[in-house]
Amino acid sequence: MQYQSQAVAKPYFITAIALFGGQILFGLVLGLQYVVGDFLFPAIPFNVARMVHTNLLVVWLLFGFMGAAYYLVPEEAERELVSPKLAILNFWVFLIAGVLTILGYLLVPYAKLAEMTGNHLLPTMGREFLEQPTITKIGIVIVALVFLYNIGFTILKGRKTVINTILLLGLVGLAGLWLFSFYNPDNLVLDKFYWWWVVHLWVEGVWELILGSILAFVLIKVTGVDREVIDKWLYVIIAAALITGIIGTGHHYYWIGTPGYWQWWGSVFSAMEPIPFFMMTIFAFNMVNRRRRSHPNRAATLWALGCAVMGFLGAGVWGFLHTLAPVNYYTHGTQITAAHGHMAFYGAYAMIVITIISYAMPVLRGIGDANDNRSQVVEMWGFWLMTVAMVFITLFLTGAGILQVWLQRAADDPLPFMVAQEKVAIFYWLREVAGLVFLVGFVLYVASFFIARPARVAEGAPDAVPSPAG
Amino acid sequence: MSGRFSQTTARNVFYGGSAFFILLLLALTFDTSRALPERDNRHNLTEQVALGKSVWERNNCIGCHTLMGEGAYFAPELGNVYERRGPDFIKAWMKAMPTNAPGRRQMPQFNLGEEELDALIEFLKWTNAIDDENWPPNIQG
Repeated sequence: MQYQSQAVAKPYFITAIALFGGQILFGLVLGLQYVVGDFLFPAIPFNVARMVHTNLLVVWLLFGFMGAAYYLVPEEAERELVSPKLAILNFWVFLIAGVLTILGYLLVPYAKLAEMTGNHLLPTMGREFLEQPTITKIGIVIVALVFLYNIGFTILKGRKTVINTILLLGLVGLAGLWLFSFYNPDNLVLDKFYWWWVVHLWVEGVWELILGSILAFVLIKVTGVDREVIDKWLYVIIAAALITGIIGTGHHYYWIGTPGYWQWWGSVFSAMEPIPFFMMTIFAFNMVNRRRRSHPNRAATLWALGCAVMGFLGAGVWGFLHTLAPVNYYTHGTQITAAHGHMAFYGAYAMIVITIISYAMPVLRGIGDANDNRSQVVEMWGFWLMTVAMVFITLFLTGAGILQVWLQRAADDPLPFMVAQEKVAIFYWLREVAGLVFLVGFVLYVASFFIARPARVAEGAPDAVPSPAG
Repeated sequence: MSGRFSQTTARNVFYGGSAFFILLLLALTFDTSRALPERDNRHNLTEQVALGKSVWERNNCIGCHTLMGEGAYFAPELGNVYERRGPDFIKAWMKAMPTNAPGRRQMPQFNLGEEELDALIEFLKWTNAIDDENWPPNIQG
């Protein structure tokens, strides 16, 4: 570790992985409820399990982003964090608030939770992904401000690189757009319109800045390619992301009461949203092919390449599949959406967090630049099992979705929702099996941490390619 | 990347492009705000409808259902349920839950009072009348 204060990233990363595990377990419950409708009813109804599944996802990704920032900002800024103590305090506040919120979901009926937390004073609950009690939402604002203070001043007082500037921009955007979660007008159309300013402008906007900067950081470290080359790629990728993604918000404004012209704006711009993800894939492979050193942490390199490919497939290809308005007229709110959501979140965001964890954890644990070969092999098994399982989850949900669209939306004699659901049940069973494989991959991934030992090979052995600049 | 395309150019494309498209989004948002009163049925947005939306949110209905296609995909679309089932059916359905039919998807009993039930139905009626470009494609949602 170059800077002592980078150590604060460790509890963030460990928590991220633990919450990821919780997310997977609740995903398996949900998948089973799709086919065994009364499973765990009434103890954990579907809506509760889903809220836990999606909220855990967002929270573990946020823990991952924060850990990533605490790890890479000192190295980029070439100085210690302004306040490591504050970072640890903030960690506990965020963790306790998060755990209490999840326990609230599981232990009391949602309406009771709303009442207990004074939702009537400022009603913000009960909207998809923004189910958190208003006091939790306020807590998130405070956590974000403290975090931004710590990261922001470290950068301001230190070296300003393209990577830490873009990361900071992404994080400020994330915190700023969160404020729209407090706007919940009685008019449902307005509510939905601005709800997307949190949800879409996060995942298809500012989060891509965070993703790009973390990927760029790891690629510099594992390939040794000149920073100037990587910086230029980063700018071009995030320019493409925001140029397409901001007006791409329009692909959510087709059928919610907003004017018809959004079908044009949304279709044209979101059809271009795969471009930045494709560029990310080219970027990652290009940099690895042009590497000037052979970094011993091959698992981290694999995660970085995997993230770029799966982000393109999930967000790019599966997004494009249903983004054109005439297609979306039939696919809107079906299993096609679920298929896209799963692969996009795993590929773009889960995998970038795992990439930085894979790169940073051996350093944070004092193991060295990389774990030993055996641990890396187990980690890579985790990579392949989780990634292939996610491909199949996506394919099975896509199969379910196509059939659902046909039976319920496109056929001459459309079937009621539940009748159509029963006819596609085989796909849900197969998805659940793929989910179990995903869990096995996760267990192997976690196991790789416990068996990790220092690598026996000398660190940073020179590659066959001569390195002119060192 | 070619040498002629400098990092400064890339940076300027990023900042300039983002700023331009943020402004375009704001302009389109402004225009949408002006067009919405003709489309979002706001002249019928009564106190009762607002209460219904609150009932909808407090019971996390979106955790299973979609509303105008957004939400969870576990249970039927409700943006047009008023038209599909009618108010009496919805009320009776809510009161009869859960069915406890073995293996079937279950909807919890939310124990809503008459006032809350009526408000929820008014909210669904109001939502059904929003001009959403003829979505969903048919009555099944």
